[in-house]
Amino acid sequence: MQTFDLAARGLRELNQTLHAVKGTTNQTAWEIINTKGSHAIAVGVDAPLDITVHGTTGYYCAGMNKQATIRIKGHAGPGVAENMMSGAVIVDGNASQYAGATGRGGLLVIKGNASSRCGVSMKGIDIVVHGNIGHMSAFMAQSGSLVVLGDAGDALGDSLYEARLFVRGKVKSLGSDCIEKEMRPEHLELLEDLLRRGEATGKARPEEFRRYGSARQLYNFNIDNASAY
Amino acid sequence: MCGIVGLFLKDKSLEPKLGAMLTEMLITMTDRGPDSAGIAIYGGANDGRAKITVQSAAPDKDFARLDQDLKDAIGKPVLMLVKSTHAVLEIPADQVESARTALAHLRPDLKIMSVGDSLEIYKEVGLPKDVASRFDVSKMHGTHGIGHTRMATESAVTTMGAHPFSTGPDQCLVHNGSLSNHNGLRRELIREGMTFETQNDTEVAAAYVSHKLKEGHNLGEALESGLEDLDGFYTFVVGTKDGFGVVRDPIACKPAVMAETDQYVAFGSEYRAMVNLPGIETARVWEPEPATVYFWNH
Repeated sequence: MQTFDLAARGLRELNQTLHAVKGTTNQTAWEIINTKGSHAIAVGVDAPLDITVHGTTGYYCAGMNKQATIRIKGHAGPGVAENMMSGAVIVDGNASQYAGATGRGGLLVIKGNASSRCGVSMKGIDIVVHGNIGHMSAFMAQSGSLVVLGDAGDALGDSLYEARLFVRGKVKSLGSDCIEKEMRPEHLELLEDLLRRGEATGKARPEEFRRYGSARQLYNFNIDNASAY
Repeated sequence: MCGIVGLFLKDKSLEPKLGAMLTEMLITMTDRGPDSAGIAIYGGANDGRAKITVQSAAPDKDFARLDQDLKDAIGKPVLMLVKSTHAVLEIPADQVESARTALAHLRPDLKIMSVGDSLEIYKEVGLPKDVASRFDVSKMHGTHGIGHTRMATESAVTTMGAHPFSTGPDQCLVHNGSLSNHNGLRRELIREGMTFETQNDTEVAAAYVSHKLKEGHNLGEALESGLEDLDGFYTFVVGTKDGFGVVRDPIACKPAVMAETDQYVAFGSEYRAMVNLPGIETARVWEPEPATVYFWNH
């Protein structure tokens, strides 16, 4: 286990150190201490590392992650795991706005609540939130899955493409072109797997969720609406 | 950008440390607003006494013999404490209006930062650490306080454009964001008798809240109706003599974090601002909901 004291050594050295280990070491376990809400912790990691961040983080923790498993033992500030490519990010506490935004792959798990714009423009990432999510979540989401064990705020899935949304609790309102869809066996199977990987097995059963997706009415311009522009 | 910090103390034993705690929080928010900084401190009221905090661009000239001149004008004792470009004038509570009138004659260039039983506001252009040290904020005592670091967007970088804004007795407001309907609203408020010192959008929000309070609404009601009437982006933190309120616009893209323990309620634009508060590791930490009014009272 490598321990990195962020207060003593600084952010630039942390990220350079993590970037430098790619393919050069078998020391894959890291812990980062004295985070004090700092921004951009463990951003751009591209190696199969196991990183534990002790404490609450600021903006963009674990952004652009590839391959690494990053655990945040605290809350996460805005933009956690933004544009993740692969690997996993697990937040023990709450996450601020636009968690997992634009993510292309990997798994983001938030054990508390996520605030507004969770999964905005997600492009293949899977997100499992144990608590609630805020308004405008999964706005323009393109692919991947968003699983919410609690409630969703206003305008869920507005202007949605092909991402799959599963919510167990109440949805305050659906966004434009987002509709409830039938839950078929393949979706229950997918959910079972997401709940297991999202460390939520035993907290919820797949049958308790409802599925939401795109009505696909915004894909093409409707010529009858031309006079509105 | 802009940074906001706020502290509302529940534990009296922390009151002597309020200024020191707020100063540390404020300096952490320098990256969010290096243009100017300000702090509003509710230092507790002395029965029957009121405080007027004034600012001068030429303090040596304006503050010389000011206490004596004001005493002669109102015929009542005046205590003056000068801190750099600001001075706090303590007068009998029933002399506030006559003192304001007298000050406008005696020292026409003075700017009034705040008026009230408990509130003092200090704000200047410059880095937060320099502003805090020129006013010795870290030595101040109090029950609650609000600080702001400004990255200017809507109006010039000047002392009067710095936050907090105070538009009513013991009232102040700070803002992260920008309003889009402030010009129209300012004209309406002027018709209602409110006065303005700047072209700044935040001053309009402050005057809006003061106007609602003047009409007899409580702080919660004033902030609720602001959700209808103020258009734009905002996270506001508002102070009154015994209270502290927070509200975010419905889109809520301007950041806000809160922390509460048995000893205090704290506000920060970022969690970084709160990392050195006592017991923060075990505090309840959450993000205030959009379009939801929060307030605490002593």
